[in-house]
Amino acid sequence: MKPFLAAAAIARWPLPVLIAAGFAFTVAAQYLPILNGYTQFVLITVGINIILCASLNLVNGYMGEFSVGHAGFMSLGAYSAAIFTTKWLPATPAAFLPAVLFGGAVAAVIGFFLALLSFKTRGDYLAIITLAFLMIVKSTWENLPYVGGPRGITTAPLTTLPWVFAAVVATIWIIRNLVYSKFGRAVIAIREDEIAANAMGVRVREAKILAFVVSSFFGGVAGALSAHATFFINPGQFDILKSTEILVMVYLGGIGSLAGSILGATIFTFLSQALQPLGYWRLVILPLILVLLMLFRPRGIMGLRELPWFLPRRELLIKRELYKKP
Amino acid sequence: MSALLEIQHVTKRFGGLCAISDCSVAVETGHTHGIIGPNGAGKTTLFNLITGIYKPTEGAIRFRGESIAGLRPGRIALKGIGRTFQNIRLCKELTVLDNVRIAFDSQLHYAPIEALIRLPRSGRGEQRSIDESLRLLEPFGLLAHAHDRAGDLPYGHQRKLEIARALALKPSALLLDEPAAGLNTGETAALTEFLRWVRGEFDVTLVLIEHHMHLVMNLCDRITVLDFGQTIADGTPEEIRANPRVIEAYLGGADDE
Repeated sequence: MKPFLAAAAIARWPLPVLIAAGFAFTVAAQYLPILNGYTQFVLITVGINIILCASLNLVNGYMGEFSVGHAGFMSLGAYSAAIFTTKWLPATPAAFLPAVLFGGAVAAVIGFFLALLSFKTRGDYLAIITLAFLMIVKSTWENLPYVGGPRGITTAPLTTLPWVFAAVVATIWIIRNLVYSKFGRAVIAIREDEIAANAMGVRVREAKILAFVVSSFFGGVAGALSAHATFFINPGQFDILKSTEILVMVYLGGIGSLAGSILGATIFTFLSQALQPLGYWRLVILPLILVLLMLFRPRGIMGLRELPWFLPRRELLIKRELYKKP
Repeated sequence: MSALLEIQHVTKRFGGLCAISDCSVAVETGHTHGIIGPNGAGKTTLFNLITGIYKPTEGAIRFRGESIAGLRPGRIALKGIGRTFQNIRLCKELTVLDNVRIAFDSQLHYAPIEALIRLPRSGRGEQRSIDESLRLLEPFGLLAHAHDRAGDLPYGHQRKLEIARALALKPSALLLDEPAAGLNTGETAALTEFLRWVRGEFDVTLVLIEHHMHLVMNLCDRITVLDFGQTIADGTPEEIRANPRVIEAYLGGADDE
């Protein structure tokens, strides 16, 4: 048994090395002429989309609910962080991390109350409540002169590739930790059979609320990053179409899978960049992809499967049946 | 000896339909209690009332002297009432091991933040959950299947897994809804022995709904007979066997099913 355990442990060494190398590369790209501005922007978008996709996957994939309000959390995070950097503190890189965390926190607090409210109802009602939430957030910004109303506000371009890379790694790590904890198992049990989950003593409300809060937090983080990746934000950026895009990423990559979330967000971002020349036809093609996915591969590319690198070591040993029997 | 589980004058109406009417059952600690009755007598409804899936229209349900009527199902499970379902309810997409771990998780006490950033207590808890869940699977003959999808198990194994999962809650009462459904005579005899072993090994009070008379008569210390939502008899297996109302309502010619 011992050598196998060692082998399994050794097999994971490339993971930290790759992460370190990736981070080094993103830092290098800041100072060396490796990537042009456009490529950097696309990669930043990929990263933000990965965060959006993985966090929505928590609710729509792992928990099996259907939230269409993720753009609302993104919006909350974007505006909160933008207010932070434009109105309260000078827009310096030092203010950026607190601003991003503040954006996530605001989204998480609102997410908490929305979860309390919406889990009194079940199934399709969550979709309706999150839709209403999305519209409320959008019209709030539109009617608030403090943040520029419908015209939005100008932000400082503080989001850089290393920041986004670090945020992606942190998001994936934290969501992975949640999924492979008792809370994650509870969330998955609720998806599989809520009545059975109850009979097994699963604290259904606690698990649902936690998953929803973590999901909204990272939705907010993604919003904060996205607000500072461009020069301005306006309420219209975070509408139902944005939510639909995130849904497409989730269902394309695969529900209940972090590897799927990364895959879905990456494919989607490059595809949507490639479709840019089509102009408004893009808005027809993307929802069409969602329809086709639901028809032919409802669980997505990686649906409910995971790559070994996204499993905690202990879970991987169990899966490979290398776990030392008690 | 005190009653572990007391159902006192419970009535459950669904609109105009009275599924349970003024039903009283007392389950003694350490006893094995059988609930029998024809189809539609309200046996599963009674289980659903005890486990909180339904709330009683009238009456009281006490567990260890504490009222549990109206509590949420999860709370009732945590108080020590485990159950299985007539039509098996496993998390089919999950492995056998994870099914048991979900029930065992109620005994892990780490906070969300400890899980999110992997503080030591969550790691120790996970380790314990794996160890103890694997240990629990062994006597059920499921250790070799620990990593299979629960939905892929043969029917008999799924039934055993459901019992193992309920026991992972460390319940003091285990409610079994037709554990012998779909089993042949030989398998039912084996199940009888198995339940006897479970009862001793896990020190658990069994309440079972069952149609196989051999199993009920062999295993139970006390039997309650329901018909049309009402208790028509309550007593030891010998008393039930001799009760003319029971013979008329239920046993009839099917004494030796």
